[in-house]
Amino acid sequence: MESIFDCHHQRPEELGALEIPGNLLRRELPLPNPSELEVLRHYTRLSQRNFSIDTHFYPLGSCTMKYNPRIAHQLATLPGFARIHPACPAAAQQGLLHILAELQEDLAELTGMTGVSLSPAAGAQGELAGVAMIRAYHRQRGETQRQRILIPQAAHGTNPASARMAGFVVTELPNGPDGDLDLDALDRALGNDVAGIMLTNPSTLGVFERQIQEIARRVHESGALLYYDGANLNAILGRVKPGLMGFDVMHLNLHKTLATPHGGGGPGAGAVAVGPSLLPFLPVPRVIHDGQQYRWETHRDRPHSIGSLSAYGGNIGVLLRAHVYLRRLGAEGLRQVSAYAALNANYLMAGLQAQGYRVAFPQRRASHEFIVSVADLQQAKGVRALDIAKRLLDFGIHAPTIYFPQLIPECLLIEPTESESKATLDRFLTVMAQLRREALEDPEILRSAPHNLPVGRVDETLAARRLQVAQ
Amino acid sequence: MPYIPHDAEETAAMLSALGLGDLEELFSEIPAELQASTLDLPTGLNEAQLRRQWEASARQQPDLLCFAGGGAYAHHIPAIVWEIAARGEFYSAYTPYQAEASQGTLQLLYEFQSFLTRLTAMEVSNASLYDGASSLVEACLMALRLRPGTSEILVSEGLWPHWQKVLTSLLSLQGITLRMLPLDPETGYTRLPSGDFSAAAALIIPQVNRYGLLEDVDQQSRWAEAQGLLQIAVVQPLALTLLRPPGEWGNGGVDIAIGEGQALGVPLSAGGPYLGFLTTRKTHIRQLPGRLVAKTVDSQGQTAYCLTLQAREQHIRRATATSNICTNQGLLVTAACIYMAVLGAKGLREAAARSHQRAVALRRRIQELPGVRVPFAGAIFQEFRVELPVSAVAFRDYALGRGILAGIPEQELDPNADPRSLLVACTELLEETDLAQYLQTLREFLQES
Repeated sequence: MESIFDCHHQRPEELGALEIPGNLLRRELPLPNPSELEVLRHYTRLSQRNFSIDTHFYPLGSCTMKYNPRIAHQLATLPGFARIHPACPAAAQQGLLHILAELQEDLAELTGMTGVSLSPAAGAQGELAGVAMIRAYHRQRGETQRQRILIPQAAHGTNPASARMAGFVVTELPNGPDGDLDLDALDRALGNDVAGIMLTNPSTLGVFERQIQEIARRVHESGALLYYDGANLNAILGRVKPGLMGFDVMHLNLHKTLATPHGGGGPGAGAVAVGPSLLPFLPVPRVIHDGQQYRWETHRDRPHSIGSLSAYGGNIGVLLRAHVYLRRLGAEGLRQVSAYAALNANYLMAGLQAQGYRVAFPQRRASHEFIVSVADLQQAKGVRALDIAKRLLDFGIHAPTIYFPQLIPECLLIEPTESESKATLDRFLTVMAQLRREALEDPEILRSAPHNLPVGRVDETLAARRLQVAQ
Repeated sequence: MPYIPHDAEETAAMLSALGLGDLEELFSEIPAELQASTLDLPTGLNEAQLRRQWEASARQQPDLLCFAGGGAYAHHIPAIVWEIAARGEFYSAYTPYQAEASQGTLQLLYEFQSFLTRLTAMEVSNASLYDGASSLVEACLMALRLRPGTSEILVSEGLWPHWQKVLTSLLSLQGITLRMLPLDPETGYTRLPSGDFSAAAALIIPQVNRYGLLEDVDQQSRWAEAQGLLQIAVVQPLALTLLRPPGEWGNGGVDIAIGEGQALGVPLSAGGPYLGFLTTRKTHIRQLPGRLVAKTVDSQGQTAYCLTLQAREQHIRRATATSNICTNQGLLVTAACIYMAVLGAKGLREAAARSHQRAVALRRRIQELPGVRVPFAGAIFQEFRVELPVSAVAFRDYALGRGILAGIPEQELDPNADPRSLLVACTELLEETDLAQYLQTLREFLQES
């Protein structure tokens, strides 16, 4: 498709007088002047070259690509919310602050935690805030030697990256053959230099960590804290509270669990929730009620806070959408989310097994997602997980997550979410059966896929070599 | 249940395929005591009930004439911007890892990168970060990686105080020190000190500064170069349509230029979501944090786009990645890209010029009021500082009753600031009658107090 930079009409500017010294003025601005209709057509056509939840089944593991209700978008962007300047005094934003205070309380109840700060801009910033609170906790107790964070090998890449950004050293822990954590390895790693452990439960292996209470006991006995990565909260939503599993601090990915849009890669919202021991360290600002009105808290209200993570109070527009979703579903709706997310995942897992696909943990119940490994197809026919992913696109199905977790070879991580109907799942199974036949009989069709998209397989190696990153 | 399609028959068929009696059996591996808790949340509401409640809440926020800035500005957003950005194909897509199924988002990100490199006259732009302040944190970390062995960043006091707080929170975690360069109390410009800066990686140069002033950035850039420091420019994208871009500052341009992109078609929305950008030289590209899109070809040799240099990122490099960041601000980038396209060079420069002219006019007329001082006489872009004879909060609250958000009392950004200091900003949305109303309100306030 042509570029917006090709649409240019000469138009004289009407700038008027500028009171800016000549040495600070720029000579030229090399940007185009398209017409409004040209802009409309160009970006409408670009949008049609995308897969999206609104147009395609999108079983992208670990990303929880559920339906993003339009009512949430409409209500969050009402002019009464959209026009608020962040420096607007509390008295002129009581409606908004009341909603955010309710959201803080709802998330505390949902997670079994004591206090919530909504300010982290995404899951990874929530992780950073969480491990920073763990750091502040140990420092306040004079235990500055606790400089290590334990993380299972299968964890999301953000976990070790966030721990390192908070100044920690990372030690990775192995998982046992059934997907649960290796407790002996945990015992060997624990010590008075360990600040905490970061866990996802259900884990990224698509199974529930059954020993969680024992893990929590051993970690707490050693003086360390437990961090819960909320990426997989959809699997247990409304049923199991991380606070009751023994976690001290966690983040939620509101853009996954609470259905706010992924928007082509953001914005997210990564609210953090803590138990009583970490309450003093929560990032500012939270919304509080000071007896007369709701207002944003300052550092003076929470002197031990790890500080502020962004210029203002966080991704408010995303938080509003999340709250609409919560209130639309209510307590019973939230419990149904996890039930149907698990039903859909287990149904697909059983269906694929019946076709001969190998799943990573056949002896286990799937959580809201599960792993298929096509290492057998790779050995027999040279068909890789990447090829399966690209071929699925030909059938109007977005690829699952591939090559994550890294420790399962040639894997696909499949998460259908509760939004998808049995008919959609059955069609996916039919397509996957065809792909397996193709892999065995005509593997080239997979290796050269996709065939039916606006572009064929994209040359990523050339992209990295040329590095043409702007025009 | 909302948004769950299964009927009873389908549910039963699926359970039966799994050999299960009911939905609860799906959770049989989870210890029963962990599942015993209750969930004390309200019953769900239907759309009509929700709409009624939320519209009432939204009405509690008065519609104010906005003279507040501080890094977030009330510019006009053309209707087309969010009509397109909210299309489901953009709104409900994920990160474009599968390039063939994401050419729309990828080309749009590539165009955004191109808009930003042209605005800043830098060679490379990433596909956005959370917001301006977090982009600055990432820029500092990038500078420290480019200068191994350093642990300090020099920061002009002219940087927004609320951004300084974010730098402090996040950089202190890694033992990085911020060394502040004070402003001259007479001019409001950054003072360049002498001393030993060998432990520092970079100088942060804000253009525009916290008082809305335009500084002599060439001088600061050359000074940093002479000290052997990297240079990080903090810029406002709309201002850049009129101002010399950071890629041309000093002798050869800065190393990194970052900023807040909210002014480019993103609603104020009480502080977020916004978008940060980070641009740099091509030689620094492997230290760049965040997503990056490149132009390439497909198997038939047609033009195509994809994410590139992913080996920098956390999903591959884990603890040794350039950043923990895993998202960009895709939806806001979509809006910003469409905004820049639909205004075009002409519209962007005119919006910037109008904003500037309104601020210049208001500053001049405020200065004529008795008892009011405009402490800094230097050139401004769209914002300026006023010293009132009484508390700035008192005037802000008074004006609120007249439907005006009169600015930001500086003390709300910085507890050490003069309580009489008010930061006032203008955009092209304000008409001559709005300025007159502002002045009339201030005049009456001064008479009454």
